[in-house]
Amino acid sequence: MRTFGIALLAIITRETLRYVGQRERFLAALVRPLVWLLVFAAGFRAALGLSIIPPYQTYITYETYIVPGLCGMILLFNGMQTSLSLVYDREMGSMKVLLTAPLPRGWLLFCKLVASTLISTLQAYTFLAIAWLFEIRLDLWGYIAVFPALCISGLMLGALGLAISSQVKQLENFAGVMNFVIFPMFFLSSALYPLWKMAEAGEVLFWICTINPFTHAVELIRFALYLEINLAALGWTSLSLGVFLALALYGYDPARGITRDGK
Amino acid sequence: MSGLRVQNLSHSYGAKQALKDVGFEIERGRFCALLGPNGAGKSTLYAILTGLLLPNNGTIEIADTLLHETPLRALAKMGIVFQQTTLDLDLSVRQNLRYFAALHGFAGKAADIRIDAALDRLGMLERAGEKVRALNGGHKRRTEIARALLHEPEVLLLDEPTVGLDSQTRIAITEHVHRLCTEVGLTVLWATHLTDEVRPTDELILLHKGEILERGIAAQICGALPLAEVFMRKVGQPI
Repeated sequence: MRTFGIALLAIITRETLRYVGQRERFLAALVRPLVWLLVFAAGFRAALGLSIIPPYQTYITYETYIVPGLCGMILLFNGMQTSLSLVYDREMGSMKVLLTAPLPRGWLLFCKLVASTLISTLQAYTFLAIAWLFEIRLDLWGYIAVFPALCISGLMLGALGLAISSQVKQLENFAGVMNFVIFPMFFLSSALYPLWKMAEAGEVLFWICTINPFTHAVELIRFALYLEINLAALGWTSLSLGVFLALALYGYDPARGITRDGK
Repeated sequence: MSGLRVQNLSHSYGAKQALKDVGFEIERGRFCALLGPNGAGKSTLYAILTGLLLPNNGTIEIADTLLHETPLRALAKMGIVFQQTTLDLDLSVRQNLRYFAALHGFAGKAADIRIDAALDRLGMLERAGEKVRALNGGHKRRTEIARALLHEPEVLLLDEPTVGLDSQTRIAITEHVHRLCTEVGLTVLWATHLTDEVRPTDELILLHKGEILERGIAAQICGALPLAEVFMRKVGQPI
């Protein structure tokens, strides 16, 4: 067990060192949700009327509504960033070093996932701290209660990134992931507007939003911030985590090869 | 005693057969050169030997451990130097080696002692704090060899480790690995397409189009002819 722990620590240290060396990545990850919060939200507030829906007890501002969705956005983008860095690792060969270590492959991939989730969670907290400075404040306990929600959601989105990275064989194909994964997942969710608004727009769209795992990750975060557990969201997010992990393990099965041409 | 044993190894990518019934054995403490042109199947063989790819057929034994039965134990006995650089360019030499040591279960002082010893052996100790990006090709290769030896493997697999290096660095690295065979009993499989890296006393395997054309002691295969010429006669093309 000790060797498992040593490997986990080493992988977290490596990812953190690499992350610290990429300050622009940290800034980009923060600027994106802040632009939504401080610029788009101002415009959307006028266009969108929000009714009182759980977990909110009263009318809230639009900025307050989208904070959990923007935390989810950070986790989503970071999950895909992890995926991108895995494809990069594979192109650069450092993935081979990882996968030829004498430890179960599932554990090595899980360590990668934990490392990226910790970084995502740290980013989400930085965003919440900045939002606090802009007077979007929550109960202090909410900031603590949201930690497991951020971790589970981060793991789920990271696992999705891992599964995608096993299929994307070249770095150049990554733009497709942006178009076909990140944007639909983000916009077809409850991150920017409540689902009842989506129901007004159309049944099919509503249905897609309802099964979108990202919707449930956002709702899990939203309820946790208000000290409530949304069991349906927790179940759906955990189930998605299991499915994406299984896909990732299948994708990194040595019988399928890990590099271009299977070499 | 056997250091590395490969039996009936075959693999194909769809319709393209990359390896056809490859089999060989290297005794412990021997240096074996695997010579073949590009596309001979060397990289596929290395991917299979290192467990990155499962073959369609065949068995591999690493120092008496079957790779398909106990892959983790077999991997622990194996040191690998891949064809392309697999170091983190933005981390220092020591940070890279610490990461690798941890993947093999060594941390703290135990790891540092091993890292210092491995770097010292390859004359890289004074560069331990430098970022890998700042190193030249030869020093990167030395770092990778030092890394592959950190956990004291019984078998060292190197896939064209001297590609792109100047001749002086190539000679130094080739000599160092040969010395490891005699001094610590390391078994080495050294893929190359550079004939001057093969010594007359080395084991030699000629691989072409996924098949072994010849294997034995280099001097016996070559006789009085230079290796490049022997290869030309066997394969019908220069290496």
